[in-house]
Amino acid sequence: MAQEHSKILKLAQKIRIHATRMIHTAKSSHLGSNLSMAEIMAVLYGKFLHISPDEPSAADRDRLILSKGHAAAGYYAVLAECGFFPIEWLDSFYVNGARLAGHATRGTPGIEVSSGALGHGLPMAAGMALAGKRDRLSYRVFAVLSDGECDEGSTWEAAMFSAHHALDNLVAIVDYNKIQALGHTKNIVDLEPFADKWRAFGWSVREIDGHDIEEILSALKEVPFETDRPTCIIAHTIKGKGVSFMEDDVLWHYRNPQGEEYEEAMRELGAHL
Amino acid sequence: MRTAFIEALTQAAEKDHRIMLLVGDLGFGVVTDFAKKFPRQFVNVGVAEQNMAGIATGLALSGKIVFTYSIANFPILRCLEQLRNDVCYHKANVTSVSVGAGFSYGALGMTHHGTEDIAIMRSLPYMTTIAPGDPIETRAATAEAAKGIGPVFLRLGRAGEPIVHGGDVQWELGKAIRVREGKDVTLISTGAMLKTAVDAGLALSKKGLSAQILSMHTIKPIDETAILSAAQSTGIILTIEEHSHIGGLGGAVAEILCEKSSRKVCFKRIALPSEFTKHVGDQDYLRGIYGLTVDGIVGNTLKLMKRERKEERGKTGLAPQLDFPDLRGKQKHQGAKND
Repeated sequence: MAQEHSKILKLAQKIRIHATRMIHTAKSSHLGSNLSMAEIMAVLYGKFLHISPDEPSAADRDRLILSKGHAAAGYYAVLAECGFFPIEWLDSFYVNGARLAGHATRGTPGIEVSSGALGHGLPMAAGMALAGKRDRLSYRVFAVLSDGECDEGSTWEAAMFSAHHALDNLVAIVDYNKIQALGHTKNIVDLEPFADKWRAFGWSVREIDGHDIEEILSALKEVPFETDRPTCIIAHTIKGKGVSFMEDDVLWHYRNPQGEEYEEAMRELGAHL
Repeated sequence: MRTAFIEALTQAAEKDHRIMLLVGDLGFGVVTDFAKKFPRQFVNVGVAEQNMAGIATGLALSGKIVFTYSIANFPILRCLEQLRNDVCYHKANVTSVSVGAGFSYGALGMTHHGTEDIAIMRSLPYMTTIAPGDPIETRAATAEAAKGIGPVFLRLGRAGEPIVHGGDVQWELGKAIRVREGKDVTLISTGAMLKTAVDAGLALSKKGLSAQILSMHTIKPIDETAILSAAQSTGIILTIEEHSHIGGLGGAVAEILCEKSSRKVCFKRIALPSEFTKHVGDQDYLRGIYGLTVDGIVGNTLKLMKRERKEERGKTGLAPQLDFPDLRGKQKHQGAKND
């Protein structure tokens, strides 16, 4: 067990290191959003999802939609680390003529749908879950959402729909890092009482520490929490987690680390430059 | 058209259980039997078109062939980004069915007028755009989309459109149907303007003019061969559509003529100005105001032929000449000028 946890922790740290390097090299954005979801993605791909890089289109595979498609660097990183494509591809993030676009793009092995416009993921996930129910297949569908995209009406349209259709094969995991593009969610459009909103929409909800491997895993193992209800896991996270000067700072939604900042970030993440 | 659509879809759904119909809480009396007959192939997603398009994509990416159904702009413009990013990008087998094209729901007002949809939808990558000319064409187009041919926009009138094609008609995606032969002028129509175009052809023949009539049911991919051959054989082309004059059938035909016609062409779009109508009235009334009538077509044709003869005598230029005159009918009205 301890060994398994250490493996997942290492994967999470690799996601952070890859994402930081990729965003540094590409001079792109959204590093904070990548760092906050590292443990969630590490547990899903490192331990939990029933999906194999050898057969990424198997009919009975679990489906994952990264609805917060702006965190593509970390998504590509976990897929590469889990064998969906060569690690070297990560060097081609944002590069002219290369493979990896700035937002998650279908066609990259392991990626179910392209995302990048917010509020699209949960409706598509609900469609996949409905197909699973109608076809009596046992796969489950996971949608990783940002907190910011819970401002989108389409997210709540899908939330209502999924509860009405008793899609207990659908799991929404909200990376609740509490910072959206221009500031803290509570100062822009307050989501609270967030868990109660999902409950009121008919979902079975659990709040966890989104950086605690054990809590993430035990929540996922108990999915669905209730029969005939979709599951919402609100993962309390810290934007920029893992790099002290990036934590809980909206600046790192956009800024990419260069020079000393980059060196310090990589040192804190335990990377060898 | 909606009756022909649901009958054709019912037939297809019986044979192919991958076919699903999603409605945005509209279709009272139209979809009831389908829902009863195929409960596992039907979903009313509620009044939530963005969600409907997303769910349709999720279903399609899981092996379904999905039709979404609603009125006028609701299943397309309300969820335009979902159609672009979700349906089109993934080349998902999703057909967005919009009932109430043009002024079909005339008296209901501008929210229910589908007058820019062809322009917008045909600009989306991979979006096959179809506006059948009558119930027979609707049946064929529905059967085609039910094969699972990627993203489709199926633009329908409502109920009660006359059947134009007698008996079986050879309907092929992307191939215009020649409804009438003619050598003097070509009238190209899309959607439910077909009957008016055919009647205008008859009226022209009484004046000794022979008009070729094409039903351009597929606007994307458009039938270039038919357009260029009409340019060659008649040299005078009018397009007829219940849609803005910007970017619809007329725009699509003009694009082909401008780039590819080797013969000088006299061309005119009979379409709507780019404005929201301030008039209240049913479909026929509103069509009348904007010259989408037999008289409007005949008048515009005669004017265009007169100009063409004048130019022939003057022997002006060799390049194709496109003409975009004022398209409004005789009844002048207050409103914004064309863009």
